[in-house]
Amino acid sequence: MSEVSNWSIFVDAALINNFVLAYFLGICPFFGVSAKLETAVRMGGAVSFVMLVASVCAYSINLLLDAVNAPYLRIISYILVIASTVQLVEMLIRKISPATFRAMGIYLPLITTNCAILGLALFQTNRGYGFTSAVVYALGAGAGFALALVLMAGVREKLDLANVPNLVKGTAAALVVAGILSMSFMGFAGLGR
Amino acid sequence: MTAPVQQPPTSAWSMYRAIVGIGALCGLLIVTVYQTTAARIRENQERFLAMAVAQVLPAAHSTLGVALTEDERLVKTTDTDALPVFLGYDASGNLVGAVVTAEGMGYQDKIRVLYAYSFDLDAIVGFKVLDSKETPGLGDRIEKEAHFLANFEKLDATLTSDGDALLHPIITVKQGQKTSAWELDGITGATITSEAIGNILNNSATVWAPILERDAQAFAIAEVAEDQ
Amino acid sequence: MPGKDVSATDDFVKGLWRDNPVFVQVLGMCPALAVSNTAINALTMGLATTFVLVMSGMSVSALRNFIPREARIVSFICIIASFVTAVDYVILAISLELHRSLGAFIALIVVNCLILGRAEAFASKNTVARSTLDALGMGVGFTVALLWIGVVREILGSNSLFGVALFPDAFQTWTVMVLPSGGFFAMAMWLLLVNWLKTRQTETRSQIQESTP
Repeated sequence: MSEVSNWSIFVDAALINNFVLAYFLGICPFFGVSAKLETAVRMGGAVSFVMLVASVCAYSINLLLDAVNAPYLRIISYILVIASTVQLVEMLIRKISPATFRAMGIYLPLITTNCAILGLALFQTNRGYGFTSAVVYALGAGAGFALALVLMAGVREKLDLANVPNLVKGTAAALVVAGILSMSFMGFAGLGR
Repeated sequence: MTAPVQQPPTSAWSMYRAIVGIGALCGLLIVTVYQTTAARIRENQERFLAMAVAQVLPAAHSTLGVALTEDERLVKTTDTDALPVFLGYDASGNLVGAVVTAEGMGYQDKIRVLYAYSFDLDAIVGFKVLDSKETPGLGDRIEKEAHFLANFEKLDATLTSDGDALLHPIITVKQGQKTSAWELDGITGATITSEAIGNILNNSATVWAPILERDAQAFAIAEVAEDQ
Repeated sequence: MPGKDVSATDDFVKGLWRDNPVFVQVLGMCPALAVSNTAINALTMGLATTFVLVMSGMSVSALRNFIPREARIVSFICIIASFVTAVDYVILAISLELHRSLGAFIALIVVNCLILGRAEAFASKNTVARSTLDALGMGVGFTVALLWIGVVREILGSNSLFGVALFPDAFQTWTVMVLPSGGFFAMAMWLLLVNWLKTRQTETRSQIQESTP
């Protein structure tokens, strides 16, 4: 029963309940990679892709687990699939664009521990989304994550050039910016309904 | 300075041994914990549900679990469904009402609620939020706010003359603008959550009220006496 | 041997302040911000994470000679995921309420970079005894950090502590503190405080060094 339209799922995941700013998922890369706009864009793209693949895999695994009635294997199977997907994406990027691969450095394998991806898989399972809804949800979540990342990077680049007291520089300032971004995104409530 | 020691390439056997070994150990751990806690978890869930049912339908002395068959007929069940439905009987075995679980999307995540339906009054007479992750201080006011809970003293759920649907769909209105018994007085500042509750109740009652009215009387006292 | 004893207590103590996972290493932030809206949630999450940390640290350390280099990450992930699944069911058995308020974040302990990080950096290279101490220290440090954030958010945002109402109703709660933004702000505040204390520590230390001939 989908009483929620796919468009509203997309808007919800991207804006209203943005994965980073509302659900606190994917914070580590959010603060780690958002210092420069260029890396932020690349990371956003990589994460979106992994999210899409993970979402489809999670849907299929869940069907399988329901069939054999083994819900307790959910966490371990999801995370293993995510780890493998990230490995695959790593190899792909290395082949297609070695420059991007070098630029992203350690952050690429760290996508595995990006709670946003596992969170996406778990949420979609909890809400019982069908296949199309799950894909739309993943696309929305990826878009939202990329958006938050790019916004953050834009602000931080400007902040780097500003006269910020030493104590506040770095993570503390980033946290305050994130708090303000999060508050502003709350303004999206009610959109798409 | 000595050159770094070259590690010998890992043999296939040690890889295989490690992965299978770890897999087996992990599997064992998970299954053991699952089996050990399963009974306790089920107990917790039953206790919680029993308490919630007693809260929304205090007149009920005993309950009978029911479910829908494929052709939408009511049938007795002891399965613990995700969304259980019960018929409530008083001490003398008379049908006093039904308790229905319903869920739907709120602002943050799914909301699950329990409501009591009275056959005598053709209305929803009890309401309790079972599970919600709504925003604290805003959406979660549906659980405690007095004027919102007052809606459920008698929320009209009369059926049409052919008994197939609700005469007036349950709908949420802005706070203070309730004029009819089937309207839900919303909460300002928690519009989306209040509307969600209205939708959840409407969708659920549209399905269950007709079926309950039609079939529930058949589950007579004799069946209940059997269980006791 | 005094040297060995010092390093043993050091293994534990460093996680509390010097290498505090949340405020110094800035790891495990997702749960730190997400479930710290009340003190009891923060405490439960901290304890659950500590449990997984210690158990997986012990396991990884015990199996460290058995796991080949290439299969490291996969094995660690398997072990951590199993303990997380175990904790998930144990919390369900203890209290439905608690499990509900923590929600998906129990399962998300498995991607807490802190646990994988400690397994990789310490447990896979040290004895079981030392790894346990290290994991315990990190876990306690993590729980305490989470509690700090949780206490501030709960007092300011819900006017209560561990569910017990505090100030009279005249106190206007700062609802923003229990919202996601509040999490960010509370953590920024503590981070600032910790940074300031650390800077003062290094300053006094360098002053002492300069003054001694």
